[in-house]
Amino acid sequence: MRKIIGIGVAAAASALLLAGCSGGASPDEETAASSAELVIWTDAEREEAISAAATAFEEETGATVTLVQKNFEDLRNDFISQVPTGEGPDITVGSHDWLGALVAAGVVDTIDLGDKSSEFEPVALEAMTYDGQLYALPYSLETVALVQNVDLVGAEAPATWDEMIQKGIAAGTERPFVINTAGETGDGYTMYGFQTSFGAPVFVQDASGSYTSEVGMKGAQGEAFAQWLHANGSAGTGYLSTTIDYDINNELFASGKAPYTIQGPWAISSFPDVNVAVNPIPSAGGEPAAPFVGVQGFYLSSQSKNALLAQEFLVNYLGTEDAQRALYEADPRIPAWTTLGEEVASDPIIAGFRASSQNGVPMPSIPEMGSVWDFWNSAEAQIINGADPATTWNQMTTDLEGTLAG
Amino acid sequence: MTVQQVIEQDTPPTDPRRESHARAWRAHGVGFVVKVILMGVVNALGIMAIISALSVQSWLLVGVTTILLIAADIVYFTRRALPLKYLMPGLVFLLVFQVFVFGYTAYIAFTNYGTGHAGSVEQAVDAALVQGERRVEGSATYPLTVVERFGEYGFAINDGGDVRVGTETQPLQDAGSASGAEAPASVDGWTVVPRAQLLTDQEVQAAIEALRVPVSDDPNDGSIRTRDGSSGLVYTPTMLWDADARTITDTVSGTVYTADDTTGSFVAADGTRLPAGWYVNVGFDNFLRVFTDASLAGPLLSVTVWTFAFAIGSVVISFGIGLVFAIVFNDPRVRARKYLRTLIILPYAFPAFMSALLFRGMFNAEFGVINDLFFFGSQINWLGDPWLAKAAVLWINVWLSFPYWFLVCTGALQALPKDTLEAAEIDGAGKWRQFRAIILPLLLVSTAPLAISSFAFSFNNFTVIYMFNAGGPPIPGAPYSLGSTDILISAIYRVSGVAGGAADYGLASALSIIVFIVVGIISAIAFRQTRKLEEYQ
Repeated sequence: MRKIIGIGVAAAASALLLAGCSGGASPDEETAASSAELVIWTDAEREEAISAAATAFEEETGATVTLVQKNFEDLRNDFISQVPTGEGPDITVGSHDWLGALVAAGVVDTIDLGDKSSEFEPVALEAMTYDGQLYALPYSLETVALVQNVDLVGAEAPATWDEMIQKGIAAGTERPFVINTAGETGDGYTMYGFQTSFGAPVFVQDASGSYTSEVGMKGAQGEAFAQWLHANGSAGTGYLSTTIDYDINNELFASGKAPYTIQGPWAISSFPDVNVAVNPIPSAGGEPAAPFVGVQGFYLSSQSKNALLAQEFLVNYLGTEDAQRALYEADPRIPAWTTLGEEVASDPIIAGFRASSQNGVPMPSIPEMGSVWDFWNSAEAQIINGADPATTWNQMTTDLEGTLAG
Repeated sequence: MTVQQVIEQDTPPTDPRRESHARAWRAHGVGFVVKVILMGVVNALGIMAIISALSVQSWLLVGVTTILLIAADIVYFTRRALPLKYLMPGLVFLLVFQVFVFGYTAYIAFTNYGTGHAGSVEQAVDAALVQGERRVEGSATYPLTVVERFGEYGFAINDGGDVRVGTETQPLQDAGSASGAEAPASVDGWTVVPRAQLLTDQEVQAAIEALRVPVSDDPNDGSIRTRDGSSGLVYTPTMLWDADARTITDTVSGTVYTADDTTGSFVAADGTRLPAGWYVNVGFDNFLRVFTDASLAGPLLSVTVWTFAFAIGSVVISFGIGLVFAIVFNDPRVRARKYLRTLIILPYAFPAFMSALLFRGMFNAEFGVINDLFFFGSQINWLGDPWLAKAAVLWINVWLSFPYWFLVCTGALQALPKDTLEAAEIDGAGKWRQFRAIILPLLLVSTAPLAISSFAFSFNNFTVIYMFNAGGPPIPGAPYSLGSTDILISAIYRVSGVAGGAADYGLASALSIIVFIVVGIISAIAFRQTRKLEEYQ
């Protein structure tokens, strides 16, 4: 008998608790039935700017927008793994070079900007386009450029690598030039402007500008670039060194021990005491130096249950000059919105990076790119460390082609 | 034992069955109330979990939670099963955090789950259709209103002043004229769906998102679809899904992609694949790849050898250093022993990943303090040379773990039987003889099990490797760009491709299961040896 009482009391207690929980939840659920919710993944930098656009959207449509803050590095893998299970967001912030992997995983939906597309920088839309379809609303561009110390070498842009080194030596600093190689890891990204000036792109682009999976950096041009790395590495002039990582690079430049470096806008805040000027990257191999341009934007989940609402928010709320300006102010990168880009180009530093990005090419977003970095970076590190340039470089392109084929 | 106690023990208790506090109303009764409240909380949480699992249709979770909840109620409300009442919470945690995690890893190891194989067949088909639907070039954007009649949705567009209406089955046809360039505000015979409802009702959204209204009877003219519910665009599909034949046809090139359930991809006759696939069971493929793929097997073998060298070296050297320090600081002649001991265990208190990051800077050939201070500024490339890098990694791990052995050995030394040592001294044994014949064997009995767990920890010490130099320097020509200080666990991280964006979770899971088995076997053998040590003692 007592046992039955016990179970009865327990049941009553759990019923009470359940009622307590649902008592708070049920009015919400009722409204949820009539007002949909958009879940947006963002990183800390952009959260505030998006929430400004979200407030206007909530007021006008009655929908709720929930922002979930995550580490930027986690967004891609979490998005790929959670969208298929139905746990993913409706929209996520992301970088354009994730696109290939997102398309292969089938987790992104196409978007249509309609007439708005003319408002964006062409390179930004091109970067967010995969196989002829637009997959994201772009909002910012980023690229590396030549950052120089005005007090040591003036603001004038050197045209070639040799001219820059001459000026650097004339400045009488510890080193004429410094560049991040990510330590022993190698950094093909930062070095890419010099590589393209030898005419050795990582992948061949077709007539429309889309990347094919054909490796473009093999052959004579690639070997010439490898020779250049070797000649300026530890076995040669020593201007390139695997002892330089991101922090050491910035430290050397900030303390005036090197008048030139190649860096992105994200590093400018590390040089508070330097009078900097930003210019396009000088050519080392004769052809124009085309650094990678990265584009950030907003992806739409292919499994979104609120597809119309999400499109509405993307195109009509985030795709406006005010929202783009708020994003720029929250996280100052080169805007993808053309008129805004022209407006902020009054800042000479932004103008310098913008000029560099106009020389640049979108970083490949094809899934094959994921396999490239490790091979490419480590081959560059080995050559800078004195390995035989032609052999190492050709070995790398052969391995890479093998991996891509397999 | 006093007489009084014996009598009390022998007299049967007044109550034939002594009840536990958890069900007795007599005495305090508080225990029972507490139990009922606790079980109420458990039941409430369990039922909530079941409801939320039901709402996302996760049947496995519903089943497991229900069984666990019923089991908990039976265990705690029955008079029997007393041991289970104590074991139950532990068992549940074991099940959730160990058995489930391992089971799930094993399940993934037999699939091709990864980038390009992330969802189900339906999702792969959806993706192919989405990716294949193209806007008709040069087509206009029409102002659009969503309309409804007899539960069927349709679109009404303003086509340059003419209102045209259509549904999925009924191509667009004229329905009067519109003023200006606005979307039609009302359409005869149709109910206009309010925009607020359109944007907030998920069912309506899904229906509108899927709705395609043919422009004319000719399917080649394309169909109107809307992305935001207020403008219509003309699209044509380039991919056609045949559910019966399980094929996707590219209408532009005419290529037919057939669903291949062994690889989880849509494959054409010439071997090309659609980007999005689904994940399928691939049996032992992932395990076989590890052993048969020559480009993978070779480097993995050298990585394995180094992993053993690293783990054994870390344990043996740090044990040795810890023991020497413990013996030195255990000698009563050393002054300020307490302070010295505190200083020695400092590296143990510092977060390992921070230490590894700091050492990365200190070992820098050009700017690092190690070359500056200890090698008179010569440029020794610690991070670039495979052997020096191995030495540096080992050094860091020893630096991080010797304080642990110092602590353990100090404790073990202080617990040694004093009389045995005195007896040995009286028998004329020297210090070395005492150490070799008495101290070390006794010490090993208590520390050997710890050495095994320490070995297993070093074997999988991802943090130190990854934070210090990410496994570098790279081995020229190795697949996945494996480096010469990569241990198995960091090699798995590279193979998984998570960092590069082309993830292969199946292969990585298979590798981690192999590592689990290796560590398990070694631990089992080592524990047997330890038991022998105890018997010998």
